[in-house]
Amino acid sequence: MKSLGVIFKRELGSYFATPLAYIFIVIFLVLSAVFTFYLGGFYEGGQADLIPFFNFHPWLYLFLVPAVAMRLWAEERKSGTIELLMTLPVSRSDMVLGKFLAAWVFVGIALLLTFPIIITVNYLGSPDNGAIFTGYLGSWLLAGGYLAIGSCMSALTRNQVIAFILSVVACFVFIVSGFPLVLDLFSGWAPQWLLDTIASLSFLIRFDAISKGVLDLRDLLYFISLMAAWLLATAIVIDLKKAD
Amino acid sequence: MASIFLGEVEEVMIKINSLTKRFGEHVAVDNLSFEVSPGEVLGFLGPNGAGKSTTMKMLTGFLTPDGGSASICGFDIGTQTLQAQRQMGYLPEGAPCYGDMRVRGFLEFIAEVRGLRGAERQRQVARAVEQLQLEGVLGQTIETLSKGFKRRVGLAQAILHDPQVLILDEPTDGLDPNQKHQVRGLIQQLASDSNKIVVISTHILEEVSAVCSRAVVIAHGRLLADGTPDELEARSRYHQAVTLSLQQPVDTQPLLALPGVQGVELARDGHQVTVLAAPGAVIFPAVGELARQQQWQVQELSVERGRLDEVFRRLTAEEAA
Repeated sequence: MKSLGVIFKRELGSYFATPLAYIFIVIFLVLSAVFTFYLGGFYEGGQADLIPFFNFHPWLYLFLVPAVAMRLWAEERKSGTIELLMTLPVSRSDMVLGKFLAAWVFVGIALLLTFPIIITVNYLGSPDNGAIFTGYLGSWLLAGGYLAIGSCMSALTRNQVIAFILSVVACFVFIVSGFPLVLDLFSGWAPQWLLDTIASLSFLIRFDAISKGVLDLRDLLYFISLMAAWLLATAIVIDLKKAD
Repeated sequence: MASIFLGEVEEVMIKINSLTKRFGEHVAVDNLSFEVSPGEVLGFLGPNGAGKSTTMKMLTGFLTPDGGSASICGFDIGTQTLQAQRQMGYLPEGAPCYGDMRVRGFLEFIAEVRGLRGAERQRQVARAVEQLQLEGVLGQTIETLSKGFKRRVGLAQAILHDPQVLILDEPTDGLDPNQKHQVRGLIQQLASDSNKIVVISTHILEEVSAVCSRAVVIAHGRLLADGTPDELEARSRYHQAVTLSLQQPVDTQPLLALPGVQGVELARDGHQVTVLAAPGAVIFPAVGELARQQQWQVQELSVERGRLDEVFRRLTAEEAA
């Protein structure tokens, strides 16, 4: 575990070494404001809560988070540094976790920079700040889920664009798995338990609950096990494909 | 304690045992076995695609072998990967580095991964920087560096933790003659410590004569020859051959009659005559004597040690045939 911190530090630093970090943060902040105030009807709703703000996060993340995740492994593969990294005395789990945590913290920083909206809503009314905190936590967990999927997709290829597209598609499937769009494909023939399982995998249903301030242990476990599963898959993919 | 006697036993630091790697149908490394002892600078020779890099990638734990095993300082690379990797410094082919990092940051990162902290880290980074003369570029991002400097950064990261075993994949490939000279000087400097092992892969033969104490030749993943550069040169048909440069072409019949002469080759319209010696024969005195007797106008007379490139071509061509 000693190397985890070293890998984490390098990865987080590398986001800020290029304009990527700043572009991401600016776009994230602008889009979340646009979505909240124009599409979400933050003022028109007349409610002192951040539901219009959080409601758009699954869709906002759908394109922004894969953009952060796409470089995680694909870039190492492309530039050949994967050979350097994997011949250093670093365990596979330290590499995978270190990279993932750096990306997750980076997205977390971007998320924290939306703090003016908390000030705004507190100025306008008296919201339930506990629910807002829970909403932020849920949003961060959601981003972690997207990132873990993106990490695995990035490990599959040396091409960042392909990694991006695969991640968007995979995340989209997880968003809509509770929707009729997906469920109708199965409803004719599949047993009910399978339908329930597929529906329970949906990001949206889990995130909806948390963003409204209801922190259920099961939802928390859902996101954590989702991340763990995809990171494990990342490690396996890297082992299988490291030489390609 | 058994280790009391360790000093007297010659320790094997790298042991490669029937190593095999397949890529689909293609066998890249085929049942390769050899050992390397402390103090050796091993030149790993072979044409492109011979399996040199693949062997090194298995040796450093990047690729998993399909068969056989390898161990570094007693640590098996398959089962004790991290311990084995701690003993090694490795320069992968093309010296990949994180291009967006600055040289200092990159070296400090590698030092930390190698478990060096605080003052020890600073000391080792400073040592490597001095050895590779990187002082001038410490603040630059790696992607802005020239090829020669990038290679030196790659070498610096490999020697940061003062490893027992140094594995360098084509360390001078693509460098200009001055840079090649510098890198070779560095390898010799590193190898001067008699307890270390340096393994370099190359297809440049002069490099082997220049820096290696032992050469291993492979082609199609199989071991073809293993010996000192001198021994390899002795396998050349030009070993102990005598070359005469002449003002006028001469009749070479008397040369063939000399004892120990195996043949005569002419070059430059007969102005250069190479007299080949039979294995083990020394013909230089006799050839010199004959030239004097015949009153040939000799401009230059020299004995060849053997041509490594010819040995190499013959070995690898036999293999292909």
